Formats: sequence, C-alpha cells, structure tokens
Amino acid sequence: MGLLEVYDVVSGYGETEILHGVSIAVDEGEMVTIIGPNGSGKSTLLKTIIGLVQANKGRVIFQGEDITRVAPESIVRKGICYVPQSSNVFPSLTIHENLEMGAFVRTDDFRQRIAEMYDLFPDLAERPRERAGRLSGGQRQMLALARALMLDPVLLLLDEPSAGLAPNLVTLVLEKILGINKTGVAIVLVEQNAHEALRLSKRGYILAMGQNQLEDRGESLLENPEVARLYLGG
Amino acid sequence: MLEQVARRLPPRWSTGRTVLAIVLVVLVLAFLSIIKMELVVNGLFLGLIIALGAIGLSMIYGILKFANIAHGDYMTWGAYIAFFLLGTLLPRSTGFGPFTFGYSLFIALPLTMLALVATALILDRLIYRRLRRRGVSMVLLAMVSLGVAIALRGLVQVIWGGGTEQYPRLSKPFYQLPLEVRIPPDSIFIGALALILVVALYLFLTRTKMGKAMRATSDNLELARVSGINTEHVIWWTWAIGASLAATAGVLLAVFQAQLFPVMGWKILIPLFAAVILGGIGNPYGALAGALIIGVTAEVSTQWLTPTYKPAIAFGIMIVTLLLRPRGLFGVRE
Repeated sequence: MGLLEVYDVVSGYGETEILHGVSIAVDEGEMVTIIGPNGSGKSTLLKTIIGLVQANKGRVIFQGEDITRVAPESIVRKGICYVPQSSNVFPSLTIHENLEMGAFVRTDDFRQRIAEMYDLFPDLAERPRERAGRLSGGQRQMLALARALMLDPVLLLLDEPSAGLAPNLVTLVLEKILGINKTGVAIVLVEQNAHEALRLSKRGYILAMGQNQLEDRGESLLENPEVARLYLGG
Repeated sequence: MLEQVARRLPPRWSTGRTVLAIVLVVLVLAFLSIIKMELVVNGLFLGLIIALGAIGLSMIYGILKFANIAHGDYMTWGAYIAFFLLGTLLPRSTGFGPFTFGYSLFIALPLTMLALVATALILDRLIYRRLRRRGVSMVLLAMVSLGVAIALRGLVQVIWGGGTEQYPRLSKPFYQLPLEVRIPPDSIFIGALALILVVALYLFLTRTKMGKAMRATSDNLELARVSGINTEHVIWWTWAIGASLAATAGVLLAVFQAQLFPVMGWKILIPLFAAVILGGIGNPYGALAGALIIGVTAEVSTQWLTPTYKPAIAFGIMIVTLLLRPRGLFGVRE
C-alpha cells in the first residue's frame, strides 16, 4: 500500500471544474514529478491534496486514512507539507519568524530543527532578522522550502519551486530537493523544467486538460518520442 | 500636476525619517508661533484615541480583508456600556486624583472591554462567519458592516435616547505647561493608557506565537493555513483585540470630549479610515502614525477653520494620500 493515493479526483473553483478525474500514487520516500501544459490542473491537484481546494468527487488517502474533506491546518499535522508556487513566504515576517510559523503546530523545542535548516540553506543563516519580503527570488524559494521542512514532513508537495529563477539557481534548488528526498521525504514535484525534474525522479505523471495522460518511470518518459513532441518541446 | 509631485517623492522613505521630518516641521512651525503648540499637544491626545480605533480597523482589514464600517459604532457602544456601568452597577464616584472621573472608571473600563469583545465575537458568529464560508466579496462584507453600524447606532438611541450624556465628573483645573500649553488632566490618563495598550499590542504581535500567527495570516491566509495555523482562531483574536481597543477608544473619547452621544463613533469613522489609509492599510504601526498625523492636523486646523471642518481635513488627507501614495506612508510595495 502506497503512502499517498489519489483516486479519480474531481475538483475546481466554484462552478469551474479543473480536475476531471485524476489519480496518482506515491510510495514512501519516493520522488514523483508531475508535468503538463499550463492549465492542465497540476497546481489544483496539489491544492486538492492539501485541502485548500475541495474535491467534489474521488478520494485522497494518506497513510491509509481518508483525508479528502479534512481542512489544511489538520492535514499538515498528519505530515504533509506544501509549498505554493508564488507567495510562498510571509513577506512582513523575518526569516526566523517564517521558520517559526513553519513549526506552528509543534509543541516541542524546535530550535534544533531551525539550526538544521540554517545548515541546509546557509544563505538564510546570514541574516535571520531580515524580512522575507526583501529576499531575492532564490533566497525566497530556499526559505519557502525551509518553512515547509520545519515539521519534518513525510510528504512534501512542491509547486514549481524553480519558477522564475535563473538557470544556475534552478539547478541549485533542484539539487536541494533531491537532497531532501534522499533523507527519506517523499516528494510530489510539479515542474516546468520537465527535463531536469524527470531525470531526478523515479516516476512521472503527465497531466493534460485535468486528466491523466501518461504515467511511467522518469527516464522512460524522457525517452518517449510522443512525450518529447507534445510536452518537452521536441 | 499631482503626478509630477508624486514622482518627485522618494520611492521608499524609511519610517524613522518620515516621522522625524514631520516632527521637525511641526516644532519649527510652533516655535515660530505660526501654529499654537497647545493645539499640537491636544491633537496628539486626540490622535492616540483615533489610533486605538484605527489600529483595530487596520488589523481587521489585514486579516478579514474587509473595511469594518461598524468600527466607529463599536466605539460608541464601548462609551455607552461604560456609561451604563458607571450610572447603575458601580458606585458613583468623581474626581479621582487629578482626574475628573472617579475610581469606578477603572473598574468599568475592563468590564466594557469584555462586553464589547463578547459582542464582536457574537456578531462574527451570527453574521460574518456565515458570509466568509460562502466566500462573499469584500465589498459585500463592508456593506453588511454598514448595516451592523446602523443597527448598533439605532440600538443605542432606543436604549439611551438621542441626547447628549456625561460620565459622572468633577471639574478640575488644567495643567499649565511651557509654550502656553494648557492640557486637561484627563489627557494624561488618556495618553498613558493609549501608549500602554499600543506597547502591549506591539509586544503581543512580535513576541507571542499567536501574535506572529496574526501577522502571518494578514500576510497570506492560505500559506498560514498550510502552515497549520487555525485561521478561525486568528480571526477571533483579531476581533477580540479590535473590540477591546475600540471599547477603550470609545470610553476615552467620551472622557476627552466630556460627553457622549449616539453618533460620536460614526463621526470619527472618517478620521479612522484616513489614519488607516495614511499609514498603509493592514499595517498597525502605520495606523498609529497616521492617527497622530490626522489628530494633530485636525486640531491645528481649528486655528483657522471652524471645528466643524475637522472631518473634512481628515477626508482631504485621505484623498491626497490615495492620489499621491496609495499604499500609504509606511505601506510596503508588493
């Protein structure tokens, strides 16, 4: 039995249905990439898993428990953390306060965890009292990842963590993500940089128009001529 | 023309420099006897009262994302609840120390705060929470709060009538200060209490877990939820803080003006909004600075204009701010 199983989920915003029946599965410690054209429902899928968007049909099962109608603030306590694509830090809070908010549901002493985050992202350790709104794009992404890691999640949902970053930073961010995965955290990665993401991942899904198109090992998707033509720009 | 002026303003004044510049200008004008220092000082006390209302209004906007038009009437209710307590339940007393009011006010004030917090939470449960869950727009929420404002004011008139009332008071001599400044002794109490509350709020917002969660929620509600913050709890705290500050502001305004009447809060709503907009919407420290500027400007204007125009001055400042610098003096660009 997998860590996360999404069965035939239908969801959207108000009257607008975005996902018309999407299913994915993630194993313990596995890294799964989701690619697809703009508007295919990748972000909506992550928001449905974390509970920000209500599923009208279908089920989301995490560690054998149905979390389909559970509120995000409760899902977080079960070990799923989520990094949105944009606006993923609290701009008027300091770096340190952002990390404290990441640990909001923890009642134990999490100073050790903050120190670990500063080790993992040395850029953040330099100015812990700097407001997050004044950070560069790359530093923001690091802080967003660090915030989500404060709870020691079992599963991390990442929505285009490399969006809008310079090429050298894209590689750096993806390397950090691979490093996080190697510590045993399962990851669902939605990415525009499909080549790199698929190369790093064990498996990948292709979404289009709110439906599953393909599912395969990352490398196989990269080698698939149809995938290359339709989704990887030749 | 306005656009040219706006372009010449520096893109980002530091808070410290802005405050310093304003204080210097005021001091120079006062020493040159162009403006009366007494009006400046009284304006600061009025500004502190406005600040207590404006800070709550700004926080409610930041977290609930709507302009609470009933906020002035929350202040009115605060003033009248205290009036009720002072007139019936509590022993009648006047002239405590140098002040016009008696020791009963010190008992009435916390009780009034509690009563208004309860009122705000009940109104949220009955009205705003239902609308929130339906995801209605911020314009509609503001219109609903206008309805609440009118209903609250109507209720005051039904219970206490439309006339002017007073807390039990004993007239006391004014303090004579240098520069021909005369201030009523009650103002010392008003200033001290307002400052204590502002400092307490600052410590709460920067030092406590719930305070930080409130700032986080004001920044980004969805991100707060996926960080595990129960934003409904944050909303309760916001109403509780907004209502207790509004209750205090109402009582202090009644003391400051030496009278209370059903439209007292409604009349101060424009200065409240002007302070919030001037300081940068959603920024409580900006609201404090904005309130002091509005208070001083409105008081000093009475040197040349009749006091009836005070709200017009506030309204004028609000419009100029919106034209020149819509994010306010201390608002941060997204």
